[in-house]
Amino acid sequence: MKEITKDVVVIGGGSAGMAAAGEVVGKGHSVVLLEREEILGGILNQCIHNGFGLHRFKEELTGPEYAERYARIIEESQVEYYTGTTVSEIDSREDGKTVFAFSSEHGMLRINCRAVVLAMGCRERNRGNIGTPGTRPAGVYTAGLAQRLVNMEGLMPGSKCVIVGSGDIGLIMARRMSWAGAEVKGVVEIQPYPAGLTRNIVQCLNDFDIPLHLSHVVSKIYGKDRVEGVDITPLKNGMEVTEETFHVECDTLLLSVGLVPENEIARNTGIKINPETNGPLVDSNLMTSVEGIFACGNVLHVHDLVDYVSEESQRCGEFVSTYLKAGDREQQYSMVSGSNLKYVIPNRFSSGRDNHFYMRSLIVRNHAELVFSLDGNEVKRKKIRHIQPSEMISFTLKKEELADFNLDEQSRLEVSLIG
Amino acid sequence: MTKEMICISCPIGCHIEVTRNQDEITVRGNKCSRGEIYGKEELLSPKRVVTATCPADSILMARIPVKTTRPIGKELINSLLEDLYKTRVQAPVQCGAVIMENYAGTGVDVVVTKSLSS
Ligand SMILES: Cc1cc2nc3c(=O)[nH]c(=O)nc-3n(C[C@H](O)[C@H](O)[C@H](O)COP(=O)(O)OP(=O)(O)OC[C@H]3O[C@@H](n4cnc5c(N)ncnc54)[C@H](O)[C@@H]3O)c2cc1C
Ligand code: SF4
Repeated sequence: MKEITKDVVVIGGGSAGMAAAGEVVGKGHSVVLLEREEILGGILNQCIHNGFGLHRFKEELTGPEYAERYARIIEESQVEYYTGTTVSEIDSREDGKTVFAFSSEHGMLRINCRAVVLAMGCRERNRGNIGTPGTRPAGVYTAGLAQRLVNMEGLMPGSKCVIVGSGDIGLIMARRMSWAGAEVKGVVEIQPYPAGLTRNIVQCLNDFDIPLHLSHVVSKIYGKDRVEGVDITPLKNGMEVTEETFHVECDTLLLSVGLVPENEIARNTGIKINPETNGPLVDSNLMTSVEGIFACGNVLHVHDLVDYVSEESQRCGEFVSTYLKAGDREQQYSMVSGSNLKYVIPNRFSSGRDNHFYMRSLIVRNHAELVFSLDGNEVKRKKIRHIQPSEMISFTLKKEELADFNLDEQSRLEVSLIG
Repeated sequence: MTKEMICISCPIGCHIEVTRNQDEITVRGNKCSRGEIYGKEELLSPKRVVTATCPADSILMARIPVKTTRPIGKELINSLLEDLYKTRVQAPVQCGAVIMENYAGTGVDVVVTKSLSS
């Protein structure tokens, strides 16, 4: 067993973990970063398409290029990192924390620290979560797994595929499979609007004449050992119109039906989970309900842009540093989401500084307004040209904008969308 | 000839109609002038950045990701992909290394997007 003592342990070496670790070490604290895979970069390594880093680097990078920029920062810094190392447990006590991990190289690792950053990313929802009736043949993959097989291992999951769900990963895979010689027979989406970005609908489906069946479901899967086909049924007012069911032959089904934060370790550590995001509830410093444990990136809430992951995680690194240095904790107040928003992160705010919020809309609109109100009094209103659930809203409420308001322990800031 | 398309120059995604009448191209349904530029270019010479993987000679990874340095004409994509699948990349190689220069006289190169040690 190897025993290490550091100020901070960062769990996960994707874009979130790398940005947080880089920031903490830059502020003069000692850090160890633990990553389950053999290389740093996380999900970015399998996202070989471009479209990353437009906000952050003002250029369009592919996932591996974006990952490499951050990995280089980590390699050149004082961050000690272990790849091929999986964290199994966090023990949190009054006087500090111990993180338990194992790797084939070192066996058991035991790391004592003062603060922990959760940056374990998310996982894909799978068939169990959507419950399609029919047989259980081979050939059903989540889109992200298929992406990994094709892009990193050079394996093709099949030659004729149907994609279930119109999330971005499924759309990106429709193009990837087409370019790699497979036939993509259609994308089936239960909602009346696509889950992914318009740009991906255009460049990944329309470019290849792949049909997008909105308000449709896969009603049955056929095949004994291997998928042989699916039935697709339209929905009207939420009901299946069985007479209009049609059959499509295929040998592969790719599921792109959403992502969920990887929250098992958080749950086992007794961290309170936000039912809207499935990630931890966090205060204005991105600290979870367990003191000294912070969260950022997809483990906190699922992001669509890596740029926001890096930004949020760097900020998380700053908060960790402040936590390690400061004695007193500042006063915090309640932050909630109101109409037309699925959630707001973080779940508390501070008065003496800028507060940065990420929100997810429940509606699709051109021209909407974001409205902040404190105990019923309007604080700030901002026009937004376009909103849709697949695009996260990012907003900073300036320190001055709250300066004229009186706050007490019961104060509550609410943010809503008016469509 | 009229083509319906969605402008992707911003998240609004206007549904536009692009009509070609001999030398004149008209765009309708666009909320701003960027939609007109997009529609014309998509009709005359649609281009895309291509990302793919090449086989890699390395024990670390079977495939190495690559991309075109700029968008290339859609009509060239299939032949480019075929050529890429036949191109073996030797490790060690640095991110950004050119593996195909000036593809089909377009002035566009293909570069590796991940460093791979030997
Ligand atoms: C498939 C997919 C496609 C995407 N496509 C785009 C896109 O086109 N453009 C864009 O801007 N954004 C895209 N995103 C969003 C963005 O890239 C990601 O949100 C971002 O990279 C996530 O970073 P992360 O560090 O939070 O998570 P991850 O990259 O998932 O990193 C988490 C890391 O933690 C490690 N880990 C997990 N559990 C443990 C443990 N117990 N012990 C040790 N290590 C552990 C994992 O191995 C992983 O490396 C995509 C996301 C996904 C999932
Ligand atoms: S036409 Fe203008 S407003 Fe409409 S999608 Fe294109 S850029 Fe956006």
